[in-house]
Amino acid sequence: MNLKTFLLGTCSAIVIAGFAQAETLTIATVNNGDMVRMQTLTDDFTKANPDIQLEWVTLEENVLRERVTTDIATKGGQYDVLTIGTYEVPIWAKQGWLLPLDNLGADYDVDDLLPAIRSGLTADGKLYAAPFYGESSMVMYRKDLMEKAGLTMPDAPTWEFIGDAARKMTDRAAGINGICLRGKAGWGENMAFLTATSNAFGARWFDENWKPQFDQPEWKNTLDMYVKLMNDAGPQGASSNGFNENLALFQQGKCGMWIDATVAASFVTNPKDSTVADKVGFALAPDTGLGKRGNWLWAWNLAIPAGTQKAEAAEKFVSWATSKHYLDIVAAKEGWANVPPGTRTSLYNNPEYQKAAPFAKMTLDSINAADPKNPSVKPVPYVGVQFVAIPEFQGLGTTVGQLFSAALAGQMTVDDALAQAQQVTTREMTRGGYIK
Amino acid sequence: MARAVSTRRTVFFTIVAWIIALVIFFPIFYTIITSFKSETEAIQGFNLIPSGTVESYQAVQAQSNYFKFFLNSVIISVGSTLIALLISVPAAWSMAFSPTNKTKDILMWMLSTKMMPAAAVMVPIYLLFRDFGLLDSRFGLTMMLTMINLPIVVWMLYTYFREIPGEILEASRMDGASLWGEIWYVLTPMAVPGIASTMLLNIILAWNEAFWTIRLTTTNAAPLTAFIASFSSPQGLFWAKLSAASTLAIAPILIMGWFSQKQLVRGLTFGAVK
Repeated sequence: MNLKTFLLGTCSAIVIAGFAQAETLTIATVNNGDMVRMQTLTDDFTKANPDIQLEWVTLEENVLRERVTTDIATKGGQYDVLTIGTYEVPIWAKQGWLLPLDNLGADYDVDDLLPAIRSGLTADGKLYAAPFYGESSMVMYRKDLMEKAGLTMPDAPTWEFIGDAARKMTDRAAGINGICLRGKAGWGENMAFLTATSNAFGARWFDENWKPQFDQPEWKNTLDMYVKLMNDAGPQGASSNGFNENLALFQQGKCGMWIDATVAASFVTNPKDSTVADKVGFALAPDTGLGKRGNWLWAWNLAIPAGTQKAEAAEKFVSWATSKHYLDIVAAKEGWANVPPGTRTSLYNNPEYQKAAPFAKMTLDSINAADPKNPSVKPVPYVGVQFVAIPEFQGLGTTVGQLFSAALAGQMTVDDALAQAQQVTTREMTRGGYIK
Repeated sequence: MARAVSTRRTVFFTIVAWIIALVIFFPIFYTIITSFKSETEAIQGFNLIPSGTVESYQAVQAQSNYFKFFLNSVIISVGSTLIALLISVPAAWSMAFSPTNKTKDILMWMLSTKMMPAAAVMVPIYLLFRDFGLLDSRFGLTMMLTMINLPIVVWMLYTYFREIPGEILEASRMDGASLWGEIWYVLTPMAVPGIASTMLLNIILAWNEAFWTIRLTTTNAAPLTAFIASFSSPQGLFWAKLSAASTLAIAPILIMGWFSQKQLVRGLTFGAVK
């Protein structure tokens, strides 16, 4: 072997080794149970794709949002797959920050995705994110306490009924609060609940000309009802309670009713953590007879940032993680009750899932009842049931949420909170160029 | 009589010191207690008696590779401290023993950089890291933490060096010591308590830095701060697991602080009593 042959051979080996080297996908995600479970089940994917390795970055929701936004906006290219919410998808797709998912594979069956969820992830006819799990909101209630109060929960209750039932179920001496609702300030905390609820009262954030509507009677009715109900039948210190705090209260048997994310159904019916697991009933989010229910629509989705150099491998992973096949893997290893809910029609037609998840029908009905494009009674210029899909909403929602949380805590009146919300929102929307 | 007053005063100040120490230590203590509770117990309200379960530790271990994060924390905090000392010792020497009329201004300017909110320079720093290929690299993060803590290190060393009589250095010069010889063989050994405490404090600061270490890393260089951050959950109870992760993250630095407390106190009080 002469030197030339040796060098040629070495170079070829290096080139081949380079091609054969596995691609590593960096996946940014949040620490939700379903996401954590996925990290333990990826062997199936890596076995089928030995040339792809997976690295996970798990962060708190708001830190993740901030980090991913910085990385995408500066084209940092740190991530190949992102976990993002329904709020971000249309905004980021419009900015050109996400790649359309055109090659999810022949057997992906995109038409199987729940229409309400799919429409929230579609911009200009293209799917920009694939749903990993979806949720709406619904009423979770204690059947035993409802019976004790001499009431029967209808499948589709009104706010009037909920208010009446909450007051009757309240037994302060026994530590039972008739109702637990979110009070912690934040666009994704109390404002998710209150924005969705306001739809049922005919309120909206903006009119067709982006003029804020907090000075309208519909918002006053919403906030009045909420504050009075929570004062009469809510837990102490409710202005600090978010999803997790209310979950703990409900699991400990301290709430008669809880209106929150459908995903909570699997937590409150799990006998390992919940003391009331066998006493929980479900109903649609309440309305006021105006034709809209206060149930939101949310999904955690997997998307591919435009800056990635590994788009093909990333799309392969997204396709696998959001496929019917993945649901089968979870069912086989963890049981049907632990399958990520709210994304596929076929799951809700599956008798095994229906049997394992008593909340399946109510979850599906709640998701189907949400209409992000026409969330309220009156027309709106935005998309989103519990949020307004504009970049300014995160800041605005949190500021208004702080005012409403203060009203709940008794630090200001409902009228003052609404007047300040109107003032702040008008100022920011004028600055943002929405109001000319 | 004077002795009685003095004893009473000593007892009083000892009690006050203990109360302050307990107040300061209580959050850490409660974090450790919470880490031995179940998730349901952890959110039930104030309770000092845990059930003693270690399920949170098991869950944390199953979910993350602790030692990878730990190793990154060690490399980044020790590395940044050593580099900061390498730069700061000559800088502080120069300011302490050859001051000019601008020395005070320079020191104040250095300190003023600490007053800038980190979020304000987030995007420029991120762009610099991106362009120099430093995102998610231990080297990049080490340099970042060096820069962040440099003003404090310089200030601390400057304060210690000022306590050393200049005549000793002059004598070494007269004996023919070179500039580096003067710094390394005369000044440094005399300032060992100060340098040691500065080093320990800087390691603690670098170990606990959470803004940049979370934002400039993804997988390779992520230290224990990122490890802790990964256990906060928007949907699902997480306080016990978060407490277990926090306990695991602070344990090494607590142990280090425990063993080096004499050195740390000696250094921090160096020159305080003449």
